[in-house]
Amino acid sequence: MNRLLPRLLFAPAVVSLFLWMIVPLAMTLYFSTVHYNLMQPGEKSWVGLENFHYFVTDPDFGVSIVNTLLLLGSVIAITVVMGVGLALLVNEPFPGRGIVRVLLISPFFVMPTANALLWKHMMMNPIYGVLAQVWIFFGSTPVDWLTDHPLFSVIVMVAWQWLPFACLIFITSLQSLDRDQMEAAGMDGANPLQKFWFLTLPHLGRPIAVVVMIEMIFLMSVFAEIFTTTGGGPGNESTNVAFLIFKQALMNFDVGVASAGALFAVVLANIAAVFLIRMIGKNLDK
Amino acid sequence: MNHIALAVRTVAAWLVTLLIVFPLIWLVLTAFKTELQAIAVPPELFFSPTLENFHEVQVRSDYLLYAKNSVVTSVLSTIIGLAIAAPAAYSMAFFRTKKTKDLLMWMLSTKMMPAVGALVPVYVMAQTAGLLDSLTGLTVVFTLSNLPIMVWMLYSGFKDIPPDILEAARMDGANVWSEFVHVIRPLATGTLASTGLLCLVLSWNEAFWSLNLSSANAGTLATLIASYSSPEGLFWAKLSCASLMAIAPIVVLGWFSQKQLVQGLTFGAVK
Amino acid sequence: MLLKASLALIFGLAAAGTACAADLVIATVNNGHMIEMQKLGHFFEQANPDIKLKWVTLEEGVLRQRVTTDIATKGGQFDVMTIGMYETPIWSKKGWLNPIQTDAAYDVDDLLPAMRNGLSQDGKLYASPFYGESSMLMYRSDLVSKAGATMPSNPTWEQVRDIAAKIHDPKNGVYGICLRGKPGWGDNMAFISTMVNTFGGQWFDMSWKPQLDSKPWKDAITFYVDVLKKYGPPGSSANSFNEILALYNAGKCGMWIDATIAASFITDPKQSKVADKVAFAQAPTAVTPKGANWLWAWALAVPAGSKNVDNAQKFVKWATSKEYIKLVAKENGWAAVPTGTRKSTYATPEFLKAAKFADAEKKAIDTANPNDSTLPKSPYVGVQFAAIPEFQSIGIAVGQQMSAALAGKVTVDQALATGQTAAEREMKKAGYYK
Repeated sequence: MNRLLPRLLFAPAVVSLFLWMIVPLAMTLYFSTVHYNLMQPGEKSWVGLENFHYFVTDPDFGVSIVNTLLLLGSVIAITVVMGVGLALLVNEPFPGRGIVRVLLISPFFVMPTANALLWKHMMMNPIYGVLAQVWIFFGSTPVDWLTDHPLFSVIVMVAWQWLPFACLIFITSLQSLDRDQMEAAGMDGANPLQKFWFLTLPHLGRPIAVVVMIEMIFLMSVFAEIFTTTGGGPGNESTNVAFLIFKQALMNFDVGVASAGALFAVVLANIAAVFLIRMIGKNLDK
Repeated sequence: MNHIALAVRTVAAWLVTLLIVFPLIWLVLTAFKTELQAIAVPPELFFSPTLENFHEVQVRSDYLLYAKNSVVTSVLSTIIGLAIAAPAAYSMAFFRTKKTKDLLMWMLSTKMMPAVGALVPVYVMAQTAGLLDSLTGLTVVFTLSNLPIMVWMLYSGFKDIPPDILEAARMDGANVWSEFVHVIRPLATGTLASTGLLCLVLSWNEAFWSLNLSSANAGTLATLIASYSSPEGLFWAKLSCASLMAIAPIVVLGWFSQKQLVQGLTFGAVK
Repeated sequence: MLLKASLALIFGLAAAGTACAADLVIATVNNGHMIEMQKLGHFFEQANPDIKLKWVTLEEGVLRQRVTTDIATKGGQFDVMTIGMYETPIWSKKGWLNPIQTDAAYDVDDLLPAMRNGLSQDGKLYASPFYGESSMLMYRSDLVSKAGATMPSNPTWEQVRDIAAKIHDPKNGVYGICLRGKPGWGDNMAFISTMVNTFGGQWFDMSWKPQLDSKPWKDAITFYVDVLKKYGPPGSSANSFNEILALYNAGKCGMWIDATIAASFITDPKQSKVADKVAFAQAPTAVTPKGANWLWAWALAVPAGSKNVDNAQKFVKWATSKEYIKLVAKENGWAAVPTGTRKSTYATPEFLKAAKFADAEKKAIDTANPNDSTLPKSPYVGVQFAAIPEFQSIGIAVGQQMSAALAGKVTVDQALATGQTAAEREMKKAGYYK
């Protein structure tokens, strides 16, 4: 009974995910080893590792991996740090707290494409964008964000969208923080910083791990923002692995190379995951 | 001392929040502008609002159809997802085995394939199953896409529940079902609510699969937004308006689930 | 388990309940004219009560991806597709399209020859043009005359540069010339291709080798980067049609070379501050007038896999007929009709009166020939693109490099070299040469 029940409980999740994963994965594996271009249907001839070779020898390949990791690291760092900060800020009651919490979560509701367009036109345009106006107000020339700092701009857009997610998880987790323990520590003479470091932070250990893992998955495949704003450029400064795959899959309709690229992205994601697990994995087990 | 701390906290919180939410406020304002006002330099803070964009969106696209589709697919996928994920998370949180962590990682790895790369396989799968342009197809895709996230978040939330309470309930003779209903559920309401909300939003915003697996009948609000970004012609105010109409239902819902989060607070702090 | 059973039930029901036979699913771009077509669709439904129109409106790039995926996997989701001059030659060769059954009432000879040729294969029309465009120079007559200059009706690039220098006044928020810079085969590369053409270059030579390392390319791109750096607005490398339209309408651009459809927006007082100050000239030339202005049409096609071929044909013919144009004129005025398709439109006096740009537009369309748009002979069809499947990804790769050169991140030579490598890679992979 003890062994069977847990298995039954997670069986539906495991079975359905398995099916959902295995069929596309098998097809992708197959496609990656044949020559299959949607525009030239017909014979799918076996080409072995040629698709992989093609994807890997793309001149933008190295840069795209660096950009992907930069994007990943920056957004995760920004959202976790600011997320914890904001969650702590709203953890105690104050006037209008309910509204503030809803407002903080709201950027997450905006669809990524609308988000990208919002930032591109309303905020970052060097002539009529809001940021340009602020710069002019302080007497300096506006910065051309998307041209001069493309990757940074994309990071800002994506971080803005994911900050609410981190906030939400941390706010929820802080609700279950043990207040009696906090008060006891305070009475023992601990200052706020010590309380944070020794009590709050460990409690947030697992939520942070969850946020990092989930964001990692989503951020690996960020591409709507890039597509809408910078088109991967200028040059390849804001091209990431997902955009490279997109170029092959939906510009070239070369399903073979796109599948090779997708498998590659999976490998990259797994490596990043192993790395992250080492860093924060113990928090999962607590 | 307490008053000053409260004042500082209030000001800081509001300031930061307004800064963060400013782009959104701008979006709302732009929805009420004409196209000409939307690109004015310097940007107009005060202007006479117009409802012409809302009218245009109504006339041009079938907002209600798309909204209905969004609601159906998001809500169904969230409910089904929670129904599958909660037991899984429960068993992984409270019946840990050596394999649990591996299982969690494997679930997450099912999401590692970029959607763009899997487009053709999934399209062909949907076509074979006759599920192209159907709400069923979209619901299935959304549920399975969000399932790993849900399992993770619920697992994390369940782990926050002090095991002593469970011990006490078991010693009182509760079986698994009543344990879940009477002990876990009240304590985990905050987690369930935030997980549900998250998945609702993820399904609501899911544009890639909505666009590619639907045509005339199953489009969601994400598809609606996509039809407002035009390469030839100003669309800025209209897009803001369409975005506003697309976000509004879910923000309202978010407001209500706020209360659930608060409820979780009072139970979660009990010791 | 109960859950799975109910899911299976829903599966079955969904599979069974597909759209009824008289539903016509139309995929179209969300440009102004198409949105009009959607609004006027009820007239068609009134005349054909057994047909119901269902619309899928998307942005150009997304639409193209969607319909290509569908038609290539034989998804059968659409009965009418809006495609352009790029897809039509490729798809008709593959047998993916149903030829349009034209009749006397449709008057296929009324179609502008350039449009008809661009959308036909072996004399058969495979897609009916809904609206067509070329590119031309749109300038602020007030600024040019204030600077004491005159714009010839067929200017050269040198003349254009001189005038840009004269009217460039950034302190007062006016930039001499605005041109596209955002990476994309249909964004900056559409414009740049025409520039390369007129400087005497081509995309591929007769053995399909990319020509980005040739002198005309270098001359054209050096000129482009130079003129925009000196007389263009900041942020040009992220600007495409819409961004420049916004600038122009706000009065910030002295000159703009872009799609002729822009003319109808910038002369519309409801959205343009400078509606009455705009004048038109042909796209500038350099070494040769060939290929200096592009040719594009959005056309309605019927995919071979549609289950509603007859109804689809009816709709396509309705939406591209003389009667439809008259209908739009009646509902919205002659300035709002879809242009660039039929000779009869340009022969209608009311239209010529309402549209100041009609003359320049027709001249531009008439002089664009996708089969002969480069000085040296080319193996491909298309003025601002090459109608081969590989072109999209080559176009965006080169576009990214051009954008980088414009932004000053790389030199023109570096950009061209990188673009050449990218193009060669794709062509080799596709098997054009070893």
